[in-house]
Amino acid sequence: MSWNDVIVLLPEIFLTGSICMLLLLDAFSDDRSAMGLHRLSMLALVLTAGLVVWGHGEAATSAFYGMFINDTLAEILILFSILCTAIVLVLASPYLRQRRIAIGEFHTLTLFALLGVMFLVSAGNLVMIYLGLELLTLSSYALVALDRDSRLCSEAAIKYFVLGALSSGMLLYGMSLIYGATGSLDLATINAAIAQTPHMTLMLIGLVFLMVGIAFKFGAVPFHMWLPDVYEGAPTAVTIFISSVSKLAAVGMALRLLDLGLGNMGPYWQQMLAVLAVLSLVIGSLVAIVQTSLKRMLAYSTIGHMGYLFLGLSAGTAFGYASAVFYAVAYSLMATAAFGIILAMSRAGFEADQIADLKGLNQRSPWFAGMMLIVMFSLAGVPPLFGFFAKLLVLQAAIQAGMLWLAIVGAVFAIISAYYYLRVVKVMYFDEPADDTKLAPNSDLSLRWVLSANALVLLVLGVTWSPLLEWCLRAFTS
Amino acid sequence: MSHWPLLSLLIWVPIAGAIPVLFAGQNRPSTARWLTLLISLVTFILSLALLFGYNYNSGAMQFVESHAWLPAIHSRYGLGVDGISIALIILTSFTNVLVVVGAWEVIRDKVHQYMAAMLVLTGLMIGIFAATDALLFYVFFEAMLIPMFIIIGVWGGPRRIYATIKFFLFTMFGSIFMLLALIFLYLKTGNFSIAAMQHVPLTMTEQTWIFFSFLIAFAVKVPMVPVHTWLPDAHVEAPTGGSVVLAAVMLKIGGYGFIRFALPITPDAADHFAWLVITLSLIAIIYIGYVALVQEDMKKLVAYSSVAHMGFVTLGLFIVFILIRDGSVDMAKLGIQGSMVQMISHGFISGAMFTSIGVMYDRMHTRMIKDYGGLANVMPWFALFMVFFGLANAGLPGTSGFVGEFMVIIASFHASPWIGLAAAFTLVIGAGYTLWLIKRVVWGEVRSPEVAAMKDISAREIFVLASFALLVLWLGFWPEPLVHLIHAPITELVHTLGHSKL
Repeated sequence: MSWNDVIVLLPEIFLTGSICMLLLLDAFSDDRSAMGLHRLSMLALVLTAGLVVWGHGEAATSAFYGMFINDTLAEILILFSILCTAIVLVLASPYLRQRRIAIGEFHTLTLFALLGVMFLVSAGNLVMIYLGLELLTLSSYALVALDRDSRLCSEAAIKYFVLGALSSGMLLYGMSLIYGATGSLDLATINAAIAQTPHMTLMLIGLVFLMVGIAFKFGAVPFHMWLPDVYEGAPTAVTIFISSVSKLAAVGMALRLLDLGLGNMGPYWQQMLAVLAVLSLVIGSLVAIVQTSLKRMLAYSTIGHMGYLFLGLSAGTAFGYASAVFYAVAYSLMATAAFGIILAMSRAGFEADQIADLKGLNQRSPWFAGMMLIVMFSLAGVPPLFGFFAKLLVLQAAIQAGMLWLAIVGAVFAIISAYYYLRVVKVMYFDEPADDTKLAPNSDLSLRWVLSANALVLLVLGVTWSPLLEWCLRAFTS
Repeated sequence: MSHWPLLSLLIWVPIAGAIPVLFAGQNRPSTARWLTLLISLVTFILSLALLFGYNYNSGAMQFVESHAWLPAIHSRYGLGVDGISIALIILTSFTNVLVVVGAWEVIRDKVHQYMAAMLVLTGLMIGIFAATDALLFYVFFEAMLIPMFIIIGVWGGPRRIYATIKFFLFTMFGSIFMLLALIFLYLKTGNFSIAAMQHVPLTMTEQTWIFFSFLIAFAVKVPMVPVHTWLPDAHVEAPTGGSVVLAAVMLKIGGYGFIRFALPITPDAADHFAWLVITLSLIAIIYIGYVALVQEDMKKLVAYSSVAHMGFVTLGLFIVFILIRDGSVDMAKLGIQGSMVQMISHGFISGAMFTSIGVMYDRMHTRMIKDYGGLANVMPWFALFMVFFGLANAGLPGTSGFVGEFMVIIASFHASPWIGLAAAFTLVIGAGYTLWLIKRVVWGEVRSPEVAAMKDISAREIFVLASFALLVLWLGFWPEPLVHLIHAPITELVHTLGHSKL
């Protein structure tokens, strides 16, 4: 270990220290509203982001004998994870306060999960991937169960935990097989060893198991069963985190494993991803149509969106990877806004998580109806919103890679999925409000500002996203 | 004048204008109305300015603006217009003014949102006609669905939700395949410039795929048989202003798309499949004419007659290929000119027809033909306009409805007498369904006490209808300025179509 290694790892070290401080502060403080804790957490996030930007050079650096990689991909994913975590913290605070859910634990667990993401997306070694993933998922299980008096929450947490543990086991088993075939845990070494390995069958079986783990993390069909239940059951504040930051982590994990570690087996996993993509598009789009719960509908729409993301990944080109990262960023910003609006409409005792709950929102609160309109059309992929360009890029990647049929499938399901986003707009704009008392957006000012900014960013980025794509491309062209 | 980014102003003045309308008009409907009228008039005057700076002898793009937009995928913020675009842009901004005046007292609920949606819609449609970058075109093309979706859904009739979702999904279904084609062309040419796409050589297989994806996109918009079914629904349920914009401008986007994309980018495939489009056009002209005959709902009748009239547009555009093959280039030009004149004329006539039906609906709250009768007795002024527009819709010489159809029919006769005969047949059916409508609604005895109580049109309504009427007459007697405006780009287009890309 040298001094340089510590410098490379500085953001993670800083965040770990901050979390420990926050833990202590939470234990000994009697500030029930936890405003001080919230502000310190935000400060820690800002400083961590500053350290990430400061520590990132033009060239990729690695530390601790290749365990940890600091490159542009890691920088992009970490920075957007920090951004989404910050949005989550701002949106969650009034929500948790009103429901008297442990707000201190929420902050520390969220930050621990973020730490897991940071390790996961910077991993250069199978062990690091597993450790980062476990830190993220274990914190997530606890987050889902945070509202301990709610039976729905507990059910969701147990489901998440059992299936998550199973998929982690699969992933670990796959890793052990690959280790057995190549004799290394280092991703770059594994990739180099693929050409000469005599154990190709073993590698393939290992790859299949890794794929299961990755697909589970994304929630791709047929490993999606946990996703609607967890999204629906978890407190909305936690759903925002899982739907945004976890997806950024998943795309990081997939790229580390598949591109860095198994890039030379591309033709095999590209086919698998294509199959997963088609299945996710079909199930995600069709099942979402019949949902009456808004959270469940958005959960199925997530599955569909992961299908689009896989289009980019399965192209197997630098542009494809960049478009997948771009898609993950776009999706996570849309998810924070979509679930954020559900959160903003809810009060203690009224979760606003049914589609019918938004009836007549345009008459109650034209501003938030307008914001939700932007988010829904962005998710549906209508220009000039951000979501359209994300779809455009993955379709382009698919066509460029010669997979025209995949692009056509993606296009067809874009139309089908437009239907259920339109339905939300219909409920908000065309229907009369159900009664007079319900449905008023949360009055917390910072929540309103952050949410509005989040939705408007989808419009602004819709016409100015070019630098973001160039940034993503830089991660894969060096 | 040339230093002004005139096209950008035309697009962004109405769109940006929607923001103050939305905020200032929330509790003050009359502020929203006057502000919207002001913005619409400014837009209209700006669009007229295009006529003065335009070089009539050049078929090239003019008022060109080009700025870096999305360098990562080589898409530029590129605007430019030729005579074809200018004619359609002026139609758009003009229709918008009349729609705003027409909605003055009719829309009472959420006035500011209605006006804002109309302004955004206008800006986006102008953007469609002005874009020289295919991605920019597509962005406007799709974004336009959002305000129209809201307009039909919020202010529409009883089945508005079904109609508006159908409208949205049909159009999106068409355009998404065009998006794939555009991406393919981008990968081929290296940028999204429409001009570059028009020049890139393509094999027949490529052209066929691209042609059909364009055909789906624009056939839905025009609409052509058999993808026209969204139109009667959307028209019937939309508020009057929505119907007017749909008929007068939005359908023209389909025709414009053929002229700008499908014909020049895939000339060989278009040539090869011209028979298909010509057949579908003739089916639209004849069969849909008969469908219109039996309608009991006035709006539906006019909607079907729109499909039939737009059949002339596609016929005129694709008959060109037969004419070019025969070597009669002048006739080919006449066909395309006929299509363009027909598009503009149909914009005026159908806009006026829907406004007239709106006038009746505001008084009686029914669109059924059987509820009316003898309007001439109680509303003489209105009857004058209604009869006039009916005759124009039937293609009476001296009105704009005659000019475009006549040009297309002449061109068709040159291509094949049978096609010409079939197309000319529409004059009979068109006169049939329109005059029968007039007979049942306007003439005869006063049908019921409700009809007897109907008031004649107000000064505001006279203004809207008279504006349409003047233009219908002007174009009917003296189409020369319009033909002159579109002459150079059409010559260029026919020249392009004469050269194979293989």
